[in-house]
Amino acid sequence: MSYIIKGETGDWEIVVGLEVHCEVISKAKLFSGAPTAFGAEANTQVSFVDAGFPGMLPVINHECVEQAIKTGMGLNATVNKKSIFARKNYYYADLPNGYQISQSDKPIISDGYIDVDLENGETRRIGIERLHLEQDAGKLMHDQHPSKSFVDLNRAGVALMEIVSRPDIRSPEEAGAYLRELRSIVRYIGSCDGNMDEGSMRCDANVSVRHPGDPLGTRAEIKNVNSIRFVMQAIEYEAKRQVELLEEGGKVVQETRKFDSVKGITKTMRSKETAVDYRYFYDPDLIPLRLSDETIEKCRKEMPELPSAKKNRFVKDFGLPAYDAGQLVAEKEIAEYFEAAAKGHDAKKVANYIMGDLFATLNKLGKSIKESPVSPENLGRMVDLINDGTISSRIAKDVFQFMVDEGKSPDQIVEEKGLKQVTDTSAIEKIIDDVINENPDKVAEYRSGKDKLLGWFVGQTMKASKGKANPGMLNDLLKKKLAG
Amino acid sequence: MPMPIDKDMVKRLGILSRLSIPEENTEEMVTEIKKIISWVDQLKDVNTDDVLPMNSVVEDMDLPERKDEITDGDIRDAVIKNAPDQMDGYFLVPKVVE
Amino acid sequence: MTDLVELTMAEALEGLAKKEFTSVELTQAHLDEMAKARDLNAYVIETPELALERAKRSDNRRSKGEKLGLMEGIPVGMKDLYCTKGVRTTACSHILDGFVPPYESTVSLNLENQGSVMLGKTNMDEFAMGTANLTSYYGAVRNPYKDKTNPNKFLIPGGSSGGSAAAVAAGLCMCATGSDTGGSIRTPASFCGIVGMKPTYGRCSRYGMIAFASSLDQAGTMTRTVRDTAIMLESMAGYDPKDSTVVNRPVPCYQKALTGDIKGLKIGIPREYNPDKGLNSDVRHVWEQTAEKLRQAGAEIVDINLPSTQYALPTYYLIAPAEASSNLARYDGVKYGLRVDGKSLDEMYTNTRTAGFGKEVKRRIMIGTCVLLEGYYETCYLKAQKVRRLLCKEFDDAYKKVDVILAPAAPETAFGKDDDSTKDPLKMQLYDVFTVPSSLAGLPAISVPAGYSETTGLPIGLQVIGNKFCEETILRVAGVIESVSGMSIRPLRVGGK
Repeated sequence: MSYIIKGETGDWEIVVGLEVHCEVISKAKLFSGAPTAFGAEANTQVSFVDAGFPGMLPVINHECVEQAIKTGMGLNATVNKKSIFARKNYYYADLPNGYQISQSDKPIISDGYIDVDLENGETRRIGIERLHLEQDAGKLMHDQHPSKSFVDLNRAGVALMEIVSRPDIRSPEEAGAYLRELRSIVRYIGSCDGNMDEGSMRCDANVSVRHPGDPLGTRAEIKNVNSIRFVMQAIEYEAKRQVELLEEGGKVVQETRKFDSVKGITKTMRSKETAVDYRYFYDPDLIPLRLSDETIEKCRKEMPELPSAKKNRFVKDFGLPAYDAGQLVAEKEIAEYFEAAAKGHDAKKVANYIMGDLFATLNKLGKSIKESPVSPENLGRMVDLINDGTISSRIAKDVFQFMVDEGKSPDQIVEEKGLKQVTDTSAIEKIIDDVINENPDKVAEYRSGKDKLLGWFVGQTMKASKGKANPGMLNDLLKKKLAG
Repeated sequence: MPMPIDKDMVKRLGILSRLSIPEENTEEMVTEIKKIISWVDQLKDVNTDDVLPMNSVVEDMDLPERKDEITDGDIRDAVIKNAPDQMDGYFLVPKVVE
Repeated sequence: MTDLVELTMAEALEGLAKKEFTSVELTQAHLDEMAKARDLNAYVIETPELALERAKRSDNRRSKGEKLGLMEGIPVGMKDLYCTKGVRTTACSHILDGFVPPYESTVSLNLENQGSVMLGKTNMDEFAMGTANLTSYYGAVRNPYKDKTNPNKFLIPGGSSGGSAAAVAAGLCMCATGSDTGGSIRTPASFCGIVGMKPTYGRCSRYGMIAFASSLDQAGTMTRTVRDTAIMLESMAGYDPKDSTVVNRPVPCYQKALTGDIKGLKIGIPREYNPDKGLNSDVRHVWEQTAEKLRQAGAEIVDINLPSTQYALPTYYLIAPAEASSNLARYDGVKYGLRVDGKSLDEMYTNTRTAGFGKEVKRRIMIGTCVLLEGYYETCYLKAQKVRRLLCKEFDDAYKKVDVILAPAAPETAFGKDDDSTKDPLKMQLYDVFTVPSSLAGLPAISVPAGYSETTGLPIGLQVIGNKFCEETILRVAGVIESVSGMSIRPLRVGGK
């Protein structure tokens, strides 16, 4: 099912390519030994190299190279054994050298793809053109002074991976799914923490529209959108804007726009450079980066199981529906929790409890899965207790809440609170008899054809059993007794 | 087609390199750049088919790599000391309107 | 006591070792000489207190019997291109006004670690862009030599390491650092009658050396003798983890190469370096004469071809400005140096850079920016890089036939500051014609005084160009040229003895 904008001149499809900047997780910067820690005092994480002092030279951090290789492997891409760093020349106060060291026509990674799952169950393959390493810029602050901006170079020189997708994305939903999958991959690998709100993952979206089958339209680039939701909104807005513009006989201008998340619109950005020409050329302070077989092999060995592979395994080994498996693997920690809880237990039921009660609880408590008050072992055990009939699924709700509140094992809770399910026929019959004897008029009504009263009887008897009666048995016995 | 070398070109080069060329010197600069570009034009005579560009004479060396260790930073005073305009450990620039 | 300024570095090291004098005395003698010769404008900053303190420390090390460096106690001049911790460094540009580096360049640090004593920072062309030392913000340097046909003429020392060359020639230091991008050591060495060596690209670290054109910049030595060059090069060369383009290979004891024996060595004479026009006949004469003397000393003289030589200059004048346009972008008035305020960020940038850079530097930035533009990049910059590879290949082929190449260092001898040629940048560029090819190929080359011009009496340097990392071979040949040239190795005392 494709995303189509119905216009007056016909249907329009949207074409989107995303450029995602991921800040690489490393102790030191890409070309200097200065630290990368967040939140430090201004200009304390800066070396003379980062600040562009005269005579300073870059020396590459091997860890950043390995992170890029692993991420490339995660994107099913080609790891280029030879890549070259180039200078992108432009002036801005956050760029101390007057150029950014980046990669131009020889990136470290090229030609990959990721498969993304859509809500309707379809899978879409999004091509990845390239991943290259480059330096992050510093930060400017504008609110401290009436006539000056403040420059903090702490982030200047931190390694970034710029991941450029092909223009394969056809809807805001696909863009969101792509970003979620990408975020999931870099988090699994540990090459980027993927926090868009903190700016460690940033997204630029190239958006154009066309009538299906037409050649590509002129695109606008929406810069630096800082959440997945906003990216989706920005694309939706921008595509509509372009369609309206075109249908009014206007033309889309190739330009840089920014997304105003409050108003939900995109608008033209003031251009940084009046006459942009970045004058890329290979950085003469660096020679080509050649990857040894050892480095590539080491990276391959260190690759974790990625979300897509994990999802397939969950479907195959645990019999989970694909959608559920997708939910569980989105975050590495959830997948790990699930595996620990499902091991040796009814995995499907465990998955349901995780995605239902556990997520709801964590949400309410504002906790992550790592901080879950219910251990995976206890959750697994609780499912066992349900399956072997020790507790009913109704009682399980209570047991779960006790586990949340008290952190005890389900066995202990069942024991202490006396929550064991009653499966003794005579005990249940006794409860039913009491209820029937106490309510002769209701029994008469039922027997005269008011079947709906069965629910009332179930409720009363269950209540009388303090919820412990096995629901199936109770139902059967009640029907029999009421029938007379 | 490359942009012709004229006054507009000189203006553009000035913007790109943040140099202001006074109006009265623009013509001189046009001549100067034209002269150089036509002088280097003789390289056209050299057959460079199948020749790869050479970026560095040490291009065949292995690029040295550093370990991921913190060996630098925490030198704010030294980083800031030479700045013409600074406050509270920040470099100051004329306000940027974003 | 002997006149300490007259000594060569090797002689001084011997005197210091024999305790005939101290480093403090040696240093003081040079500081006095500097004071007498200020009109040369060879230094832009003198650091006498620092020098005497270091000299004292050196003397202490010696008296305590501690481990001594290769240049223990020797006073040196430092080209203002090298960042020196705590000592103003500007590359003789207004834009670096008042910049005091909080770090030390690897080359100057190596020299300090070998016990040498820095006397001050020497004058140079702004950002090393020049052939005559006429572009310095601190004014022109005067060559201590005089044209005998016109003794009052202000002669340039050559550039860009003009201050270092004049200082060494006049005895204002025992040796000095230079840097060579397209001839910046060899041209002034030739014009000032001293020995100037540009080692193989990658032999010395570029860390802390203010960049002009990164793929060409190479630190080098300026001394009065070939032996002193050997000592100084050994002191400053070597691997450095802070420079990604420095080569990791051991530094030999270069003095051992000075055997004086060149028997059987093949010396190439490139035909293309002997054009009908554009080569001073006195220079040609010294070149031919020297080749003959080397033949008599047992070398074999071989004619060779380097057919692409004529393309070296245009190639160089595309690559160097392109790299420079980017290397000099960091001078923006934010982190250090000059700032000229403006209403906006861009206006501040433009005001600062327009006021801070001199005419020649601005010219090269504009050209460099132009040749990297879309539409010019392929035909200019990339084309030049391709020709560069061809030039390298021609040298490679030549070194299959010969051990070294002998050529003039410059087509002329030192010229006047106000000569017409100094007004035309294109003509000035032609002075680099013999030095630029080896710069592009990253080869080691030494300029050694080989004779005087019969017409003007000015010194003429010849260049010995070697294959990569064959510094020892060219030093050996240069040593022989030095001994057969009959030229003085003593300083030209402009202030009188």
